Amino acid sequence: MSRYENPLIHRSPHSKSIGKALKRWESPLAGYLFISPWLLGFFALTLYPMMLSLYYSFTDYTLMKGMDWVGFDNYKNILLEDDKFVQSLIVTFKFVVVSVPARLLAALLIALALNKAVTGISAYRIAIYFPSLIGGSIAVSMLWETIFGVDGWMNRFLGVFGIQGRGWISDPQTALWTLVLLTVWQFGSAMVIFLAGLKQIPRELYEASSVDGAGRWTQSWRITLPMLTPVLYFNLIMAVIGAFQMFTAAYVITRGGPMNSTMVYAVYLYERAFNRYQMGYASSLAWILLSMIAVIAGILALTSKYWVFYETESKGG
Amino acid sequence: MSGRIFSVIRHSFLFIFSLVMIYPLIWWMGSSLKSNAEMSSPYPFPLVPLWNNFGEGWNAIPGFSFTDFYLNTFMLELAVINATVVSCTLVAFGFARLDFPLKKFWFSILLLTLMLPAQVLVIPQYAMFHQFGWIDTYWPFIVPHLLAGGSGGTFFVFLLVQFIRGVPKELDESAKIDGCSWFGIYLLIVMPLTRSALITVIIFCFLWNWDDFLGHLLYINSVDKYTVGLALKMLSDSEGNQQWGQLLAMSLVSILPATLLFAAAQKQLVESVATTGMK
Repeated sequence: MSRYENPLIHRSPHSKSIGKALKRWESPLAGYLFISPWLLGFFALTLYPMMLSLYYSFTDYTLMKGMDWVGFDNYKNILLEDDKFVQSLIVTFKFVVVSVPARLLAALLIALALNKAVTGISAYRIAIYFPSLIGGSIAVSMLWETIFGVDGWMNRFLGVFGIQGRGWISDPQTALWTLVLLTVWQFGSAMVIFLAGLKQIPRELYEASSVDGAGRWTQSWRITLPMLTPVLYFNLIMAVIGAFQMFTAAYVITRGGPMNSTMVYAVYLYERAFNRYQMGYASSLAWILLSMIAVIAGILALTSKYWVFYETESKGG
Repeated sequence: MSGRIFSVIRHSFLFIFSLVMIYPLIWWMGSSLKSNAEMSSPYPFPLVPLWNNFGEGWNAIPGFSFTDFYLNTFMLELAVINATVVSCTLVAFGFARLDFPLKKFWFSILLLTLMLPAQVLVIPQYAMFHQFGWIDTYWPFIVPHLLAGGSGGTFFVFLLVQFIRGVPKELDESAKIDGCSWFGIYLLIVMPLTRSALITVIIFCFLWNWDDFLGHLLYINSVDKYTVGLALKMLSDSEGNQQWGQLLAMSLVSILPATLLFAAAQKQLVESVATTGMK
């Protein structure tokens, strides 16, 4: 603390040259002192590691021995020869493409339903938001394991409807879908953001369109949805970035298996870096992931002007 | 009339849907008292409640008890939360209230780092902390938080900047005329007014560190330094006859702190999620 206090506080409040002092406090130095923790952190724990990681990605660094420059070998091997990389890409894209729209759709529909129901809204909101509060924990991953295991109650429950049970987690056909379900179950945070966006839509728009004879359906389609697109855009970007980095559940529940059917990108990267200590190789994987996320976010940003509706009045998100 | 029917339908749908959402949690509570034989029943209540699941689960890891793991985790949380509150409020105050060259530039860099996938940093940071001799210590968690980083640090700066911008500037001005320094304004005027935002920051900082399984997995090796998450993982990995009831009981206890915090500050939390888009 004292590091930050010094130049700012050791000054007599009764100094005669207050004007002069004020100017001094508005000098760039004060501002930089306040943000110095972040600035230091940015250079030491973000920018420098990023450059280090980029450098590693061109070496055969293993943490144990010295490293040799290998040029583009890591990237070449990953893109051309690594079957597990391809598998992890397929799994990750499957996960993203299904879980993100499902999660956003659930969030949007329930937010629309909740937006009208006035009584008891906070109780519903709590019940629906709570899973996303605890969902990232290892405890919930374990709960999932007990529910969807061969002996889990999901099988007994489905048996009532005559559906043949199976080991949902141990079957390569279904393992990934249990993880998707776990992610979709946590749609509450996106829903809360949608709810806030819905509240910001000016009432007058609905009133004016009612006068003009617009029905409920037209209003949803022509007013609610366009006005909500900025929030949708924000939720979409965050959900995509989050989904690409999914780790805890895939690591705890299935450990990438069975038969690599849940080998999402982050788990594969972890395996290369910290089980096999191929830090250089894993760094190349990390940069490929970063580029993919950047490209997808860039595409979303570019297309946004065609479907995101911006109005000066409402700033969603 | 038709509006009324609509409302009944909507409410029944919402009620059933909410019930489906929290059913796994209800089952979890009841099943923490079950024996292995009853575990595959979808019905949450045990025939004979085994309260022992909690006692035995608590001591299930030989040589340790969960008391140790909770003490470790709370100690880590305390250090990390304090570091976060001090560093993030200072930085946020700087961005929200002071003018300095390149401010806009640095702030957009800050927003950009929000989107940076953790995977890019995890390897070089591990190598750096390894070199510093920080493996199997808590420094890899505390130091980043001291520098307004770590789990969620950047987000908290962003949240606090938004909040401080909403605090009327006239208060600063009059304090300035009374001879208060910038640090005085930060400490005596702005900080007390950001209390509600700080509660959000503290709770999410607590939560994200509690759930930072990858970080704990990487940096903590010896069992006597284990956090609750690692201990749970160890319990579930233990070979032999797995007692599911004990595992469910211990994992249920592990979400209790988050649940209590949520119960205490529910409204505030939901509102800040809504306005900042936090998870």
